[in-house]
Amino acid sequence: MKKKILCCAALLLATVLLLGFLQLLLMPKYMADKQEGALVGEYYRETTAHDLLFIGDCEVYECFTPPTLWEEYGVTSYIRGSAQQLPWQSYYLLEEMLKRETPKAVVFNVYALKYGTPQNEAYNRMTLDGMQLSREKLSAIRASMTEGESLLSYLLPLLRFHSRWDELSAEDWQYLFHRDTVSHNGYLMQTGILPKTSDREGVPLADYTLPATAMFYLEQMRLLCEEKGVALILVKAPTNSWRYYWYDEWDAQIADYAEANRLSYYNFIGLDGEIGLDWSTDTYDGGAHLNVYGAEKLTSYFGEILCRELGLTGHRENAEIAAVWEEKLDAYKQEREKGNTP
Amino acid sequence: MSFTSASFLLFAVLTLLLYYTLPKRWQWILLLGASYVFYFFAGAEYLLFILFTTAVTYLCGHLMQKRADAEDAFVEANRETLSKAERKEFRAAEKKKRFRILLMGLLLGFGVLAVVKYTSFVLSGISSIGQAFGAAPLRIPELLLPLGISFYTFQSMGYLIDVYRKTARAEKNPLRLALFVSYFPQLIQGPISRFGDLAPQLFSEHRFDGFRFRAGLGRVAWGYFKKLIVADTAMIAVKALVENKDGGFTGVYVLLLILLYSAQIYGDFTGGIDITIGFSELLGIRLAENFDRPFSSRSTKEYWRRWHITMGTWFTDYVFYPLSVTKSMQRFSKWSREKLGTAVGKRLPVYFATVTTWFLTGLWHGAGWNFIVWGLLNCLVILVSQELQPLYDRFNRHFPRLTASRAWGAWQALRTFLLMGLIRSLDCYRNVPTTFRMWASMLTDWNIGELFLGGLTSFGLSVSDWCVLLGGILLLALGSRLGKKRPVREWLAERPILLCAALCLLAVAILLFGAYGIGYDASQFIYNQF
Repeated sequence: MKKKILCCAALLLATVLLLGFLQLLLMPKYMADKQEGALVGEYYRETTAHDLLFIGDCEVYECFTPPTLWEEYGVTSYIRGSAQQLPWQSYYLLEEMLKRETPKAVVFNVYALKYGTPQNEAYNRMTLDGMQLSREKLSAIRASMTEGESLLSYLLPLLRFHSRWDELSAEDWQYLFHRDTVSHNGYLMQTGILPKTSDREGVPLADYTLPATAMFYLEQMRLLCEEKGVALILVKAPTNSWRYYWYDEWDAQIADYAEANRLSYYNFIGLDGEIGLDWSTDTYDGGAHLNVYGAEKLTSYFGEILCRELGLTGHRENAEIAAVWEEKLDAYKQEREKGNTP
Repeated sequence: MSFTSASFLLFAVLTLLLYYTLPKRWQWILLLGASYVFYFFAGAEYLLFILFTTAVTYLCGHLMQKRADAEDAFVEANRETLSKAERKEFRAAEKKKRFRILLMGLLLGFGVLAVVKYTSFVLSGISSIGQAFGAAPLRIPELLLPLGISFYTFQSMGYLIDVYRKTARAEKNPLRLALFVSYFPQLIQGPISRFGDLAPQLFSEHRFDGFRFRAGLGRVAWGYFKKLIVADTAMIAVKALVENKDGGFTGVYVLLLILLYSAQIYGDFTGGIDITIGFSELLGIRLAENFDRPFSSRSTKEYWRRWHITMGTWFTDYVFYPLSVTKSMQRFSKWSREKLGTAVGKRLPVYFATVTTWFLTGLWHGAGWNFIVWGLLNCLVILVSQELQPLYDRFNRHFPRLTASRAWGAWQALRTFLLMGLIRSLDCYRNVPTTFRMWASMLTDWNIGELFLGGLTSFGLSVSDWCVLLGGILLLALGSRLGKKRPVREWLAERPILLCAALCLLAVAILLFGAYGIGYDASQFIYNQF
């Protein structure tokens, strides 16, 4: 009898291990393709604290470069952004980050405030699957699920990705137990150039009121930062293509909110001259996002403002931090160089 | 709360834990509570309907029982004074009174079913006729169709008829009757149980039986395998073939649809029943079997003895036989024999009862002409086979070796399978003229070549999906073959290590190859809609 029980227990254990292995194998790795999906998880590899935390959607991880902030100002920063990162996802990610560290300021890009409801399962996955299991992750999942999604499938991703067994590639085996780092402290480098050719405006909307849910989470972010003694700075990246248009009416609402709550709000749209942006060379997708050259210009410009406003002096004198960051900067420059090589 | 949802699995585990830890006298109360919780999750508004049916069933049953007891007591008390004829007369008068109560119960029970299920169908029919004569179209109301209403109504009404016939005693405790009506594992897709079979098990105390528990676990897992791997994978193709029927899926694709839908409905319905019966076994309750390897049937009649058995026997016991022996039917029989001769005369009443039974069977499946035509076509095949029986007998006498061979048996099974599949496709297209048009295309569109030019992967199934589906079907066939004499799960239940290994393998196969989650249409069990 005892032998039978032991055999059954061993079988069950073997099954659980097999399922665990299958889960590791079948989950998308986001290494060669759709690298945005790997961004959120990379934060946990950080060994040093940061002066600044950027949060938001693609406009943060494509427009601000932490290595440039280090190189020019000695400021340490991290971008916690992913594709179509919704306001509540940003909030819960921020909550999770502020449990781990206390930066001087949090910079939130406001574009995603146009979303008031869960949008897309694939983007949800890219943001949420990378989060470590925590109360914040569970809350973020609950707030983000679209129809047909289940909490269980986030806790056991095998339930979601089981059907990938017939599309496994070499990448899935290669990155079974580890992942490469695809970003530079959350910045996803794009070295291509596709000039902006149109100044088309966005289509008119029936209602320009930013969704109450989005504004609720913005307020939650503000309260959280206030509680932790961290400054909250609102920004809007300079990109404004007709596909991802930032309406004046939205801008006015954010400006009013910032004023009412004594927050800084920087809308970089239209500041091309001051920043030095050239839309014929500084975008990789026709103006929807900046490439590395544009991002460096914007970061350089914004870095000065941040240092001035927050009184940041940098950490160049701290040998330990400097060593970590110089290594990051080298990796950044190497990739930039590689991208420049035809 | 679908059987395939995580919430059901959690609910089932909690129910089982409580079931075997609570004092045994509370087991049936726990089942009643669990049944209502289960139904509440399906839709709180549905509770009203099941409560109404339960109340009607309880009151009518109770009233009939009271009269029957009084009748028996009176006859017993006056056995000496009343003559046999007087006793008979008294019993007949009492039976009439009980019949009135029964009729009221049936009208109320079936009335609710008729209103929620058939109002739209009837009104659209009336509206169509009206429009043909220039009247304005009627506004068709969208009524709520409570989950499993056909199943629990039939089970309750069967109970009332049994009480009327005195083959069952009415349940005194309304809560116990409520459990009989709402017992959750079988609430939404049967089997349709009889009070005499189910009630004693529901209300008795159950000790944990390791063997039965293991066998039940095996059956539940097998049910999930059928549903999630075979039925839901086949469904992807069935859906695409039906939705794009006008996009070229005619001819050989109709044949493919027939085969795939057969796999789907078999996996879906028998899978659901396996989960139901298996879960009941975990509780120590044995439900009636609903299938007996139907696809190996050699004739339509045999097929219907082996497919959805409890529904077939319900219609036979409560519709066909009573209808055949009514006084008016006997008069009709006499009249037809006199006027049309013995050969025709003796057939007509049987035909009438058969057609009525199949018409109602079709209607039970759904409010639509496709279901009615489906029922009548089944009836036609059965009656024609019956008429041709002398011819078959002559053939059998002339070719005894051939008809006794395995090959002949296989041919008969294949013929029956295809014929049933063909008729069943009315359920897919949901429209009679379309179905007939698609059947005709099998004869006119010779497009078999398309299948080998990418056609097989043009309706949602990739090569790997085909491998999973065919592998699943092969396993089902193997399981059915091996379990001919004794179910494989019982054999495995005696060998816990092998059972554990089989369960682990099934779990891995289902989790990996099952057609569930995002990217697949959330698929309810087909019979939930009935």
